[in-house]
Amino acid sequence: MGRPPLRSVLRRVAAGVVVLWVAATTAYLALLAAPGDTVDTLIGDGVDTPQIRADIIAEWGLDRPAVVQYLDYLWRLVHGDLGRSYLLQRPVAEVIGEQLAPTLILSVAAATLGVLLALIIAVVTAGDRRPWLRRLSSGTELLLVSTPSFLIGLVLLSVLSFRFGLFPVAGGADLRALVLPTITLALPIAGLLAQVLRDGVDRALDEPFVLTARSRGLTERVVLARHALRHALLPAVTLAGWLFGTLLGGAVIIEQVFGRPGLGQVTLNAVTSKDMPVVLAVVTLSAAVYVVVNTAADLVSLVIDPRLRRS
Amino acid sequence: MGDLVSVEDLHVTFDTPTGEVAAVRGIDLTVAAGECVAIVGESGSGKSVTARTLVGLAGRDARIRAARLELAGTDVRAHRPRDWRQVRGRVAGLVLQDALVSLDPLRTVGAEIAEVLATHEIVRRSERAGRVGHLLDLVHVPEPQRRARQHPHQLSGGLRQRALIASALAGEPALLIADEPTTALDVTVQAQILALLAERRAAGLSLLLISHDLAVVAQIADRVLVMRDGRVVEQGPTERLLRAPEHPYTRQLLDAVPSASSRGRRLSATTGPARTALPARPEVRRGDTVLTATGLTKRYGDHTVVRDVGFTIGRGETLGLVGESGSGKSTVARIVAGLLEPDEGTVAFERTPWTSVAERTRRPLRRQLQVISQDPLGSFDPRWNVQRVIAENLDPDISRADRTDHVVELLHRVGLDRNLLGRHPRALSGGQRQRVAIARAIATRPSLIICDEPVSALDVSVQAQVLDLLADLRAADGTALLFISHDLGVVHHLADRVLVMADGAVVEQGPVGDVFTYPRHDYTRSLLAALPALVTTGRP
Repeated sequence: MGRPPLRSVLRRVAAGVVVLWVAATTAYLALLAAPGDTVDTLIGDGVDTPQIRADIIAEWGLDRPAVVQYLDYLWRLVHGDLGRSYLLQRPVAEVIGEQLAPTLILSVAAATLGVLLALIIAVVTAGDRRPWLRRLSSGTELLLVSTPSFLIGLVLLSVLSFRFGLFPVAGGADLRALVLPTITLALPIAGLLAQVLRDGVDRALDEPFVLTARSRGLTERVVLARHALRHALLPAVTLAGWLFGTLLGGAVIIEQVFGRPGLGQVTLNAVTSKDMPVVLAVVTLSAAVYVVVNTAADLVSLVIDPRLRRS
Repeated sequence: MGDLVSVEDLHVTFDTPTGEVAAVRGIDLTVAAGECVAIVGESGSGKSVTARTLVGLAGRDARIRAARLELAGTDVRAHRPRDWRQVRGRVAGLVLQDALVSLDPLRTVGAEIAEVLATHEIVRRSERAGRVGHLLDLVHVPEPQRRARQHPHQLSGGLRQRALIASALAGEPALLIADEPTTALDVTVQAQILALLAERRAAGLSLLLISHDLAVVAQIADRVLVMRDGRVVEQGPTERLLRAPEHPYTRQLLDAVPSASSRGRRLSATTGPARTALPARPEVRRGDTVLTATGLTKRYGDHTVVRDVGFTIGRGETLGLVGESGSGKSTVARIVAGLLEPDEGTVAFERTPWTSVAERTRRPLRRQLQVISQDPLGSFDPRWNVQRVIAENLDPDISRADRTDHVVELLHRVGLDRNLLGRHPRALSGGQRQRVAIARAIATRPSLIICDEPVSALDVSVQAQVLDLLADLRAADGTALLFISHDLGVVHHLADRVLVMADGAVVEQGPVGDVFTYPRHDYTRSLLAALPALVTTGRP
């Protein structure tokens, strides 16, 4: 397996940086255009006098021209400084840092489980060996994909936690509390990915190179794993990159359903109270995750398919 | 020593949702050790199914019944999957058509060859790389160690096919089954691959060749079986079969091969469409020039794909353009079609500048120039039915009520019935698709049709029908053709003049009879020498 040439890697990384900049800027502009005064937000329920207002404006540099504020924001962003939360009066990096870990753990766990399930389902049900299993599987997948994830979460909760008490109802303390949210988020992903993968495997199985592979005396399992699955992975990898991005959004809701700590709670509070630096940071962070994951997906595609490496 | 392949009364049927379909209906087949046997037939004749049945790969829905089915003396009728895996690659190797898709495009050719070595434990793991190199060397791939690390798309068509053959030989099978092994290749490369197969056979390998092209298999086969509708209609030693074919179908196949000697006569037995000449268009001026190209040059980076190409096409004339893949003939076609701007040179179509002008100025004349491509499926919108595909090209002034009548009339001209109106391209056979493409092209009453390899993807007999159709339409309408093909026989059959291209430049041009009878350029000579010729002298 050859290494992708440096140039195509660099091109993708550069494109990622541009996307990040656009995301950060768009979020900045959107919040700028939103109604309400920043000073009001900062004062909140505190004492409101012209003197305090003037102090706040001076302290946060709100009297500077908008362009200067924007450039200052970008400059600090490049250096990893996300600013201070208006509401909590603490560095945003600290606020998010505390809550990032639970969300990330949940997302990565769900993505891993989803991909594994999809791979197993696709390999077992691809081809025409077990038509009944295939029909059952695609029906279930369709159901999972079209059901909102919070509903899946509520059903799992009411059966496994309330009825049988197998898992805790809420909280994020131990590993057992991670099980249900992970499954909830993983099931729709598994359903969607399994469909794409199986479709890819089916198409690959019809290709002449599979006939050639079989004519070499390979077992059906090797034909699937070594030849067909790899072709099916190409569209699935692209889709998986996108799915992981949506996982973060999904996690926000699921964290509420299962009462888990995480970015969900932070985001909700920041948006409702117009805590601009925190909202900006969450948006930029989500964009960064999207960019990183999708760039990774593109690079994985380059590794899988040598034909894409032609410059 | 007994026969390597011994088959008696083989039947293969497929279970389909619409009932059982019989693909093979009782054939006998033997291949002796060291013998080369060919099965010839059109698509759907059952020849490929027969070949695949021999390695147990006829398909999951296939039902196989035979009085005898033996490979290397072993009855394989009761073989389970595990037994078949011992046969595949070890007793019989399989080579398919285009190696670009018959080798896994995601894996290096070395890995594909090594896979056979590993599966059948031919050599120890540490010796595999060396054996892969040896095998590539055996099939005359230069720089075997470097090539082994490359992917199929990085190799030329000929090298790829050699690598595919190497992978089939890796398990040291006694029998090689080759299903259309040279069909996707240029004529000179085809000759090289046939020479390679002949060489392996001289080294003791038995060959079962499957092809639609009698001329190709006749080069190396000892015996030929002609299949039609799942039955063998005739078989015998190659020489006898070519010289004195007994069955009318064999004769029909032989007659369908276009060549110098077939000029001016019909290739197909079917009656052609009525030569209903349309009323002559007022603007038709016989004898003048439809298209003039001068000094065409096209570069991509520092690679010159077309170099100083010039020619004219007279009204009603057929200009053949021959050359191998990479010779630049398709680039010339795209420039002439007004789809690609040349870096240098000009094209004038109907005495109007055709290059270096805005598409807006070309548009009024666009309908006068039509294109027929090798793969019509790719040029049809898959969601459009035949009626819509053809009606799109009708004169916009024709009233809605009359359009269907016009489409039906065009279908009749290309020998198709009106019951195809509602069909979608996928539901048509290859020959029907090409006829629809022709109907679409002639719908605008063009003065020039560019035919880019229009019959390369078709069976010999279907090719014959389409060539006859083109000849009829040309005679009736006075349409000029720019006929691009790698098949010299086809060009010799149809063209008035011919242009031979190599490495982007025209190496020779002139009347087709002169160029092909007294070639002056070495390249033209090598093309002609590689042409598989049918020795059919003495046949009535």
